[in-house]
Amino acid sequence: MPDQLGVVRAFVQRHVGETPVDDDEDIFASGYVNSLFAVQVVMFVEQTFGIEVTGDDLDIRNFQSIAEIHRFVLNRGGERLAV
Amino acid sequence: MSEHIAVIGAGTMGIGVSHAFAAAGHRVTMVDVSKPALDRAAAEIRRNVRTYPLLGARPEARPGATLESVTLTTDLERVADADFVVENVTEKWSVKEPLYRRLDTLCRTECVFGVNTSAIPITRVAALTDRPDRVVGTHFMNPVPLKPLVEVIRGFHTSDRTIAFTRDLIGRMGKASAVVEDSPGFVTNRVMMLMVNEAICLLDERVAPAEEIDRLFVQCFGHQMGPLATADLIGLDTVLYSLDVLLADFNDPKYRPSMLLRRLVDAGHLGRKSGKGFFAYDLDA
Repeated sequence: MPDQLGVVRAFVQRHVGETPVDDDEDIFASGYVNSLFAVQVVMFVEQTFGIEVTGDDLDIRNFQSIAEIHRFVLNRGGERLAV
Repeated sequence: MSEHIAVIGAGTMGIGVSHAFAAAGHRVTMVDVSKPALDRAAAEIRRNVRTYPLLGARPEARPGATLESVTLTTDLERVADADFVVENVTEKWSVKEPLYRRLDTLCRTECVFGVNTSAIPITRVAALTDRPDRVVGTHFMNPVPLKPLVEVIRGFHTSDRTIAFTRDLIGRMGKASAVVEDSPGFVTNRVMMLMVNEAICLLDERVAPAEEIDRLFVQCFGHQMGPLATADLIGLDTVLYSLDVLLADFNDPKYRPSMLLRRLVDAGHLGRKSGKGFFAYDLDA
């Protein structure tokens, strides 16, 4: 079973930089990333997990923390991990 | 009422301007000398139209409708019947000068030219044409579809009618406009470029690392992004060329670009668009 949470953590941490980010921390409210990062997260989720993000999915609450991103991936049945 | 908007330059600003005008119901022709740049522009508009509702933008009424309104071409002749031109090419006089001379002979007499330059005075650009009354500065902010305000710059000869037409066009895009008088860098960039340059100097002098410099501005002052990330977003080449204009026009050494900035531009590290600037960016994301 691929470590999806680990992959999400690594992606977010790579964009935040050196400051450690807790899984439940709102990365936008904390100022670690700006709003344009939300677009990058959508692309990441689609390309890494084979999920199509559509319509109602485009709610920033689905992407505002590592835990929320992971929860979204699990709910949408994302299984593919890019090599 | 729908106008034919010509957007010259398929870089970051041209992409955003085209997207915003097309989403507002206008027919857009985007022109660039590079076919690969136009292909990238189409892909980015498609991506942004889909994802910007995440950031509060209105979704498309019908999928694909926005991009359908944008004609992408390398043929400048296609803008001959345009009502309004927005020019967003490289911030270099050697590129802009021949372009405006050609546009002036190509476009209808009534066509208004919107100059989306970073720092070059609008009056200077207008002097390249026989229609200085119909040349106006239209300083759109990045990302164009999401920013609510446009800086409109009145050149020496820009007419009240041109200002009114431009403000109306911007208003119908759902944006507001602030009219300022012509001066190198206008209001926004004259201050912004100085601030960004000082942040780069701090980095070069090893006062603090890049992440810490930006974090101070974001968490202490509530900026959406710090000065170094902002520079990466603008493009380090654009920042450098803008500072060069400010230095040449004001002849004031406070605008002297940081040597670190020059080195990074010489090395091809232009920020977000090249994948590396003060920070690294995943170009596929």
